[in-house]
Amino acid sequence: MSSDSEIKIKAGIRPGAQSGLKTRTIKVDYLARVEGEGSLYIRTKGQEIEEVQFKIFEPPRYFEALLRGRDLTEACDITSRICGICPIAYQMSAVQAMESALGIELTNEICELRRLIFCGEWIESHTLHVYMLHAPDFLGFEDAITMAKKYPKVVSQGLQLKKIGNDLMKLVGGREIHPINVKVGGFYKLPDPSQLRKMLEPLKQARDIAAETVRFVANLEFPDFERDYEFVSFFHPKEYPINSGRIISNRGLDIEVPSYLDHFQELHVARSNALHSVLKERGEYLVGPLARYFHNEARLPENVRECARDINFEVKDCRNPFKSIIVRSLEILFACEESLRIIEAYSARGPAFVNYEVKAGIGHGCTEAPRGLLYHRYEIGSDGKIKEAKIIPPTSQNQKTIESDLFEVVRHYFSSSENELRHRCEQTVRNYDPCISCATHFLKIEREDANP
Amino acid sequence: MRKKSSQARNNRAKIKPKLAVWKFASCDGCQLSLLDCEDELLGIAEIIEIANFAEASRHVLPGPYDLSLVEGSITTSHDADRIKDVRNQSRHLVTIGACATSGGVQALRNYAREEEYRKYVYAQPDYISALATSTPISNHVKVDFELQGCPINKTQLLEVISAFLHGRKPNINSYSECVDCKLDGNVCVMVAHGTPCLGPITHAGCGSICPRFNRGCYGCYGPQDSSNPRALGDWMVSMKRASPDFVSRSLQTYYTGNKTFHEASEDFQKNREKAEALGETESLVGRDTDREDTNRKDT
Ligand code: SF4
Ligand code: SF4
Repeated sequence: MSSDSEIKIKAGIRPGAQSGLKTRTIKVDYLARVEGEGSLYIRTKGQEIEEVQFKIFEPPRYFEALLRGRDLTEACDITSRICGICPIAYQMSAVQAMESALGIELTNEICELRRLIFCGEWIESHTLHVYMLHAPDFLGFEDAITMAKKYPKVVSQGLQLKKIGNDLMKLVGGREIHPINVKVGGFYKLPDPSQLRKMLEPLKQARDIAAETVRFVANLEFPDFERDYEFVSFFHPKEYPINSGRIISNRGLDIEVPSYLDHFQELHVARSNALHSVLKERGEYLVGPLARYFHNEARLPENVRECARDINFEVKDCRNPFKSIIVRSLEILFACEESLRIIEAYSARGPAFVNYEVKAGIGHGCTEAPRGLLYHRYEIGSDGKIKEAKIIPPTSQNQKTIESDLFEVVRHYFSSSENELRHRCEQTVRNYDPCISCATHFLKIEREDANP
Repeated sequence: MRKKSSQARNNRAKIKPKLAVWKFASCDGCQLSLLDCEDELLGIAEIIEIANFAEASRHVLPGPYDLSLVEGSITTSHDADRIKDVRNQSRHLVTIGACATSGGVQALRNYAREEEYRKYVYAQPDYISALATSTPISNHVKVDFELQGCPINKTQLLEVISAFLHGRKPNINSYSECVDCKLDGNVCVMVAHGTPCLGPITHAGCGSICPRFNRGCYGCYGPQDSSNPRALGDWMVSMKRASPDFVSRSLQTYYTGNKTFHEASEDFQKNREKAEALGETESLVGRDTDREDTNRKDT
């Protein structure tokens, strides 16, 4: 097995290629610190890049197929097993879809608790990415553990922050990975207010660490790189959106969740086990923290906005994908703030769940997973069994955009050393925190060059 | 003597045991449990060389490895080859989680037509190459220890790592969930609320969280050592705690690849069909699934 940092540059005439075509191959086995196996193919002619393909090879697990025939109450737990890093997002989109099919109206208290457990996941998942997967890239470390030797305080604070996110999920959901307390109609059991209140102190600490994190990542060095994305996220008039909103974009998209499939389409690209999602009218788009922040910055709590102002971060900076680490950090700060607000107002007044009658129907669910919009659609029979299932995860929505980013990055760093180029390409993929549960990690860059 | 032990310590400091973490078809949740050991992680890295852990590090040391943790099931021919390679490089190999130990929830394909599944999910099924089955690691190579759970418990994971590095047997209780549930002093949801619970047949380890949250255990830690799912299922059905359909589906989820669970599940499936043919569905659906608990006032 070759090491991940191995670079091979093969120069020579590729057999069977047009005469004069030169093939150069940069091979990066095991693209580390992402959850995915991909390969990248780049063909260039002179200074022109003709084609970039970012392919994903994930052993298929066929969740949509195996959900058919299961009870509507089971989708929440089964779909959480798609991703151990954002199980809450899967649970939330699934129960929401069922609740919409059955016409269930949740109480405000249940909605707030769902937002709370989601905040726990944002804190945990974003912190994992910022500290353990992404920051080492900027600082030139192989991983967080080696980074801890030079920055012990920073890394241990990161771990502390991550733990507080996990603790929150555990208190509300029973455990941090694949929590067990969420059900269609609400929760199995309401958390005890006095137990939750014990999180106030840790969350206040978390808030301080998050603010420090924002300042820390703001000082990293960012490449001067921008793209004109179509940002797609929830928009909510009153809050920074997590569980609800209209789906909007900066190019005029403005829809309700149930018409999602009228506007988006999944394409199956050859030799890839993932599906690309595109906007039917315009093609690629971007979901995730950058898009959320772009549309909803004004609805962040004042101290989060102030923290962004302190580091001179502006909404237009969302066009630089490398700065996603800043937005993730700001969202961690927001999630701490929001959790404090919810816990302070919480009193466990209501019922843990809302009763419902089973009936046939179609339901849509959509939430803001840490990595962006996660859409579920189910068709339910009158016996409560799932007849059809459709799940569109954020990474498949971003896949085409990752590809275009890579295209631009290769163009931008065309003449730099292979080392630099490889590093930038890896980092470009990691900007998205791609969550492609898969077997191996493999990034392969092939360059065909027309110049002799 | 003192001299000797300090020398031994020095040697130990020089050569740290090498740990590798491998992923096959899975959700990443079990390996995330290692990164979720926030309080212990840096300490672990002091005494163990994390030699190959793609999700966490670009740093890769060549094998052999003292301990390999394997997450995920075998679903492609490429992976069937890769696991052999992993075994060859590992002194000890431990599977972590339901996927690696039993095939995971994706093993539901084993009883369906993989081709039909593929067509349902992918517009171009020809682009996909996968095996018709999802199988546990032990079907392919020798496994030294299997840690159950979907996801695994991180305290148990630390125990397994430390046991193998000290050359002893991991101290993991193999009794049922009910034992822990009683030790924790929970109110039994099956007795008190009539909620169907798989606790009696499920391997302990999760900390009986479902009963603690007024929910019946749904079996994500797989069978305990002497599990008798048929007896539990029959009892739940006869006491009208659950329908055969519910029992059959419950046994056919995260540990569907397990023989005991699966065979029992098929029996209940047949019972359901028989009952349906006799027009008895109504009474049998009586206490179905979690839906029914919704009529109970929450405590
Ligand atoms: S056993 Fe469960 S938690 Fe572990 S990898 Fe498989 S699906 Fe994920
Ligand atoms: S609640 Fe379930 S696990 Fe606990 S004692 Fe009762 S049957 Fe056993």
